[in-house]
Amino acid sequence: MSVELITANHAAAMAATMAGRANRNARGFGGGVYPITPQTECIEFLSRQDIEKGSIIRAESEHSAMAMCMGFSFGGARSFTASSSNGLAYMVENVITAAMMRLPIVMMAVNRTLGPPWNIWVDHGDTLMLRDTGWLQFYCEDNQEVFDSILCAFRMAEDSRVLLPVMVCQDAFVLSHTMMLTDLADQETVDSFLPPLDLPHRIGDVPRTIGGLDFPHEAEIHRRQHAEAMDRVPKVYAEVQDEFEKTFGRRPADPLVPYRLEDAEVILVSMGTTAATARTAVDAAREKGIKAGSLRVRLFRPFPEKELKAVLHGRPRIAVLDRDLSPGMGGVLWSELRALAPADSLLQGFMLGLGGGDIRPEHLSDIIDEMMVRKAAEAPKILEVC
Amino acid sequence: MDEPVLEGMAHTELDRSEPLLRCGNTNCGGCGMSVALQFISRAIAKKPVQFVIPACCGIVTAGAYPNSACSAPVIASTFASAAAVASALAHVARLNDESTQIICFAGDGGTYDIGMATISGAAERGEDILFICYDNEIYGNTGGQRSSATPLGAVTTTTHSGKDVPKKDVVAIMAAHGIPYAATVSLAHPQDAMRKLDHALSLKGFRFLHILAPCPTGWKSEPAMGMELVRLAVDSGLFPIYEVFDGERIEINLDPSFSREALERYFGAQGRFRAKLDMPRIADGIRRHWHRLRALAEISVLEKAEVV
Repeated sequence: MSVELITANHAAAMAATMAGRANRNARGFGGGVYPITPQTECIEFLSRQDIEKGSIIRAESEHSAMAMCMGFSFGGARSFTASSSNGLAYMVENVITAAMMRLPIVMMAVNRTLGPPWNIWVDHGDTLMLRDTGWLQFYCEDNQEVFDSILCAFRMAEDSRVLLPVMVCQDAFVLSHTMMLTDLADQETVDSFLPPLDLPHRIGDVPRTIGGLDFPHEAEIHRRQHAEAMDRVPKVYAEVQDEFEKTFGRRPADPLVPYRLEDAEVILVSMGTTAATARTAVDAAREKGIKAGSLRVRLFRPFPEKELKAVLHGRPRIAVLDRDLSPGMGGVLWSELRALAPADSLLQGFMLGLGGGDIRPEHLSDIIDEMMVRKAAEAPKILEVC
Repeated sequence: MDEPVLEGMAHTELDRSEPLLRCGNTNCGGCGMSVALQFISRAIAKKPVQFVIPACCGIVTAGAYPNSACSAPVIASTFASAAAVASALAHVARLNDESTQIICFAGDGGTYDIGMATISGAAERGEDILFICYDNEIYGNTGGQRSSATPLGAVTTTTHSGKDVPKKDVVAIMAAHGIPYAATVSLAHPQDAMRKLDHALSLKGFRFLHILAPCPTGWKSEPAMGMELVRLAVDSGLFPIYEVFDGERIEINLDPSFSREALERYFGAQGRFRAKLDMPRIADGIRRHWHRLRALAEISVLEKAEVV
């Protein structure tokens, strides 16, 4: 084990490299890769590695990069890629198919604003656009979490009870290009955490057509199986957390990450690095005597509905901080939480930091103050933070 | 009309125990792609293969889950992605020391149009794939819209008065990547076709075969006329039969008669050519295509290629 000062892009690439090597005694490792800011350093790093029984294909587009991941996975190899923003938009068709085909691909997605107009800074709209594609989605808050989540993602994706692709999301530049001390692992430990992949439906020499026609009745069954696999994720993830803690000596975060929630009367709900800023604002509010708390949604798909219901129960004031916008509706996280919040709670949506606007503690302190005097909820508000 | 003489095509113990395209497939009667699959079946014989078939009639014909009319393992890819999925499968085979041949089987839509960037990428990288395009010159699966493989003058559901530009030269494009082998294949000339399939399967790297595949539904032609139409396309000079080695050396395999009668019979037997055809422009297209091929093949360009 070693602690190194690295960016989240490199943390993801190092985790993927070790996960790839861990499958060297099975059918190997591969991925199709294509550069896009701010993810490029991840695939550059990966392309420089000499991975035993591994092969990285420098694709001609993100659409093909995901198709290649599917090819590797169909062949029984472990597979990884990374993308962001418009790259993900270009890839969507194969993102959907990868999930439909129940392929355990892991993708690191750097959250970046969709364009044109071009904007390379953080916004969660790109991966939230992929909400309904049937992938698991984790949103990370620091580089350690990115590293750990990639390893957990392979373990989750390849679990025979799940067999679904996993997206590990992290914020552009705030994490992707920021160096943080990150506790890495040695290969032997990763080997012990990631058993060789044995894909039950890998293509071999038996005549069959994978992904051909699916008439309505079969499609209904396949969709139900997909939903059931998602339903099994919370239990499997809890096991993976235990196993990870036993192996690496630290515990990956829960699907929901609370902060000073015990007696909180006003809660800031957010995803990604916004939660780190929220904690600072919560501490400041507490010093003023306001019972504030923060809740980070780390696992967005499957949506931790039961846990959210429980944690939001009895909370008078809930502010949802979305770093995304669904025009004509509001924030995506807000619109999902609306159905879960208790009827007598004041649930207000805020969209801020869109297009990479810098969310600072004072912005969130203002929101806490506003929430304390607010009489009723209104339509979600877009805040300018720049 | 005569059906092709399948000399030496009788089933032997060297063949697969069952044909590549089995009973229960959903192809139309007279489908050229069905015939192409029988040729491919013969060529791959008992070699281990994996097919990648993008969205096209070729994947529909395999039938609905959990059935498969194809007697080989097949992965259905998204429309543009066959060559990308196949690239990775070829890498997995190499990583695991397996001799499995990875074959893409795509229509003209998945080759000439939506799949072009993917195929170009795979060819440039030198992926170990055999890419076979069965070209029916139309989006057949969606009911007959024009593609960039649709010939000049053909009426489709999206070119009501006939297509106003000629067909794209896909073999020239693929050969320009410097791939080891690119060839056109006539289903009406089984010996030449089988030789090319065998040769393509014997090579490493990216190989490209272009098969003209009659589509009675889209071409508005008699199902039984398919092979005769291919023969006429070859004989009139419309569909040159040649092969390109390493993107450099060209060999022309069949010499057409360039007869006007062949051309007129070819057009006359297909309802898709019902619009008024610009015959001088079509004849000029044939002449120029042959001029270029012969120049590259280092054959005298003075040899006649005029439709007479």
